[in-house]
Amino acid sequence: MHTGSVDFQSIKPLLAAGSISCTSLAETYLQHIDKGAHLNAFISVFAEKALEQAAAVDRKRTRGTAGRLAGLFLGVKDNIVWSSGPTTCASRMLAGYHSPFSATVLKRLAEEDAIFLGKTNMDEFAMGSSTENSAYGGVRLPADPGRVPGGSSGGSAAAVAAGLCTAALGSDTGGSIRQPASFCGVVGLKPTWGRVSRYGLVAFASSLDQIGPMGRSVADCAELLQVMAGYDPADATSSMAPVPDYAASLTRDLKGLRIGLPREFFPQAGMESAVRAAVEECAAFLRREGAELVPVSLPHSGYAIAAYYVIADAEASANLARFDGARYGRRSPAAAALEEMYTLSRSEGFGVEVKRRIMLGTFVLSSGYYEAYYGKAQKVRTLLQRDFAEAFRTCDLLLTPVCPTTAFRIGEKAGDPLAMYLSDIFTVSVNMAGLPALALPCGRDSAGLPIGAQLIGPAFSEPLLLAAGHHLEKGHAPARAFAEAS
Amino acid sequence: MNGTGANSHSNPGLVSAPFEVVIGLEVHIQLQTRSKIFCGCSVQFGAEANSQVCPVCLGLPGALPVLNEKVLASAARLALATGCRINPVSLFARKNYFYPDLPKGYQISQFDQPFASDGGMTVTSEGDAQRAIRIRRIHLEDDAGRSIHAEAFVAEDETLLDLNRCGVPLLELVTEPDLRSPAEAADFMQRLRQLVRYLGISSGNMEEGSLRCDANISLRPAGSDGLGVKTELKNMNSFRHVERALAFEIARQGALLAAGGRIEQQTLLWDPARGMAEPMRSKEEAHDYRYFPEPDLMPVAISGEWVEELRRQMPELPEARKARYEREFGLPAYDAGLLTGDPGVADYFERLAARIEDKKLASNWVMGEVMRASNARGCSVLELKMTPEHLAVLLDSLSRGRIHQQAARRIFAEGLENGLSPAEAIEREAGAQIHDTDQLRMVVREALTSHPDETEAWLGGKDKLAGFFTGVILQSLQGRADPRAIMALLQEERKALLEKRG
Repeated sequence: MHTGSVDFQSIKPLLAAGSISCTSLAETYLQHIDKGAHLNAFISVFAEKALEQAAAVDRKRTRGTAGRLAGLFLGVKDNIVWSSGPTTCASRMLAGYHSPFSATVLKRLAEEDAIFLGKTNMDEFAMGSSTENSAYGGVRLPADPGRVPGGSSGGSAAAVAAGLCTAALGSDTGGSIRQPASFCGVVGLKPTWGRVSRYGLVAFASSLDQIGPMGRSVADCAELLQVMAGYDPADATSSMAPVPDYAASLTRDLKGLRIGLPREFFPQAGMESAVRAAVEECAAFLRREGAELVPVSLPHSGYAIAAYYVIADAEASANLARFDGARYGRRSPAAAALEEMYTLSRSEGFGVEVKRRIMLGTFVLSSGYYEAYYGKAQKVRTLLQRDFAEAFRTCDLLLTPVCPTTAFRIGEKAGDPLAMYLSDIFTVSVNMAGLPALALPCGRDSAGLPIGAQLIGPAFSEPLLLAAGHHLEKGHAPARAFAEAS
Repeated sequence: MNGTGANSHSNPGLVSAPFEVVIGLEVHIQLQTRSKIFCGCSVQFGAEANSQVCPVCLGLPGALPVLNEKVLASAARLALATGCRINPVSLFARKNYFYPDLPKGYQISQFDQPFASDGGMTVTSEGDAQRAIRIRRIHLEDDAGRSIHAEAFVAEDETLLDLNRCGVPLLELVTEPDLRSPAEAADFMQRLRQLVRYLGISSGNMEEGSLRCDANISLRPAGSDGLGVKTELKNMNSFRHVERALAFEIARQGALLAAGGRIEQQTLLWDPARGMAEPMRSKEEAHDYRYFPEPDLMPVAISGEWVEELRRQMPELPEARKARYEREFGLPAYDAGLLTGDPGVADYFERLAARIEDKKLASNWVMGEVMRASNARGCSVLELKMTPEHLAVLLDSLSRGRIHQQAARRIFAEGLENGLSPAEAIEREAGAQIHDTDQLRMVVREALTSHPDETEAWLGGKDKLAGFFTGVILQSLQGRADPRAIMALLQEERKALLEKRG
């Protein structure tokens, strides 16, 4: 069998039957990582450690003490700290940085015997939509190596799509899980803000960041979320709401479900027709399954991108202040005095996009400009939250495209930050409102590039999102696209 | 402005006629919680450098702050004690600036929605007048670490960092510009120290930096309501330095204004060694802190019931305790003020007073021997090995005449060393008393013959000299006699001598 092209749900019975072992899986994935080296999906690979752990998990399986994720091999976005390996955030600034502690999500996943294969490539400090902004070089789209995989979790998405790991972790601040999932043709879940602990996620924009799973099926994402979710005393913003049984809700009936189609997310211009058609087919399928389609409006979503970049960059300017060369990370060897240590270390350590955002964020918080930019952006954020609340009075979920286009060519938008930012036009509102959203494949364009659909729900509606996604995946042929892709 | 030149400011600190002094204080109070404000690290003072740190207070990538709710109770107690309104919702905010001892690159503080607002305290002004000083706000924040340059073990071109203090909880209390003299400012700080000690929320030790104060200071024409250009004074780490630094700055501004000059808004650092304040480099103070709401922490919500619960648990505050000492123990205002100045001293006194009749005797001993002993040892009176219970036993023997003053002091000094009950020492001292009247009479006669001039004067009617002789005699006996017995013998001898002269 080709273990690289199946999801964890299909691996489990094979493991149980004894036809494969964790060790053989580890070997297979490591071979795939070697073969897929041209994709540049990983920044570091923990081959030896993964093999050791696979052997250990196999022993546990014999004793019957293995965790529920035994046999799941994860790629971990390199902005999630793990004490057993380096964390770079794809930045020169953190070259050689080794965190003394591990993220809460990694501890929880390790307790259930998930094995971490390596750290995946990304846009530096998660700032970007193409994974071109990496100090370790860009990532290539598995379906077409001349194109980008999306970003910023492009390494995770590409690794999952190419079968270099069973599933992966990404982080989503404005679409960084969903947009690459869409470009690569995999499933990506951005949970409700607070559903999954952020402890150990190197912060980009704290009020928007959320770790989430990326996988080859909705059920895999549900199972990962099951283990990752829940209150963490180390994250004051993590929710105490009980964690429901996500797997059990996958098969719930969709009859009577009201699916909202926000008109602003199906614009006349600026959207590829194949994308529109594919998402509309999803809607038609859901209606056939008994769901009701409801036209809705999110009138302020046109301001979302502008407000998002003000808030995200403002927070980033503070979150990235700690990288100053004083205690860890890069310190410029040329620095002779304090001020130089700051300016040289940061000028040399950060890439162009990160510097652009730090400057933008610093500017919008500056005395005399705060109200006009940051203050106004917060007001837009409140209006966006109200838009969603209003929409969810008449529907249960929203269905939209993830991105107006399929994957673009490497270099196509690299010189035009605004064009790049518009790639997040359908995803940022979700982060601004703190809502959960699921991206899943829903077809391909004429060039064979994957198209993604996005389901958005009210806070903590992950069970419903996953159920709708699961139905689509099982019943709607184009949503099973990636199985044939690899 | 009709300043009359430098001669009107010949007395620094006391600005004469044309100017009124306007001072506002920003006070940082280090809280005595067991752990830091946003992590579980210890806050013990004086630990080895960088030994009390963790990913959170080091601001390592991925670490997140979690509020230690103990600090809310401390903040609420100070707010209640100063009559501030505790805001039902307050917000943490990031205050951004770069400094090597600030690992996150921002301080977590509170900005436009502080923990508490609009209270006040009283200070003693000239001629014992009491004046109300308004408190604008009290808010929570984390402390930064310490940069170490000026130590023998630091090379000239090096700066060492001790990050133990990073994340130590602070309350910042900001007054309105209501203080009118350096003495009022110093009194405010002393009363605040007394208050935080009473509330048990801080050691209030200025030298250790547990209580720190910056002052905004300006002068304005007497009788005017406007505010002049202010300067900010930093680095005043004792009450005396608060007073000296402010006096210095008042004199400087006064002379400048009187000469027709203008005050430049700036931050000045007090140099205690040189007794002067000098401007900080302008780069160091040119901060735009770019405050914005801290996204890693939820808003702090305070319920009315919780505040009421705390209000019920509030300890007796200094003013009330002083009044009670005058009323309940019949002590003079001076004694009551001194005893209640420090809550430890007051507690010691009350444990002692509960056990002996003569409250004034107890007060004298606490204000004298006990406070002297704690000062000499640099410890709290409650840490003395001579406990109030032991002292009560000792003072009881003293007031019943079993031992006298000198012997009591001796036993007290022994008790400070060995911590034993004084009962045995009292028996020893009492047993060592000379009761043999003939033997005592010999000593009395010797004292009289060796002081012929005083004896003549005494016989001639200077009755007060009886006390002098008693002292001389007790001295020669190292106190091992009952002063009343000596007094009686002296009278007998006097009578005999006068009769002899006929």
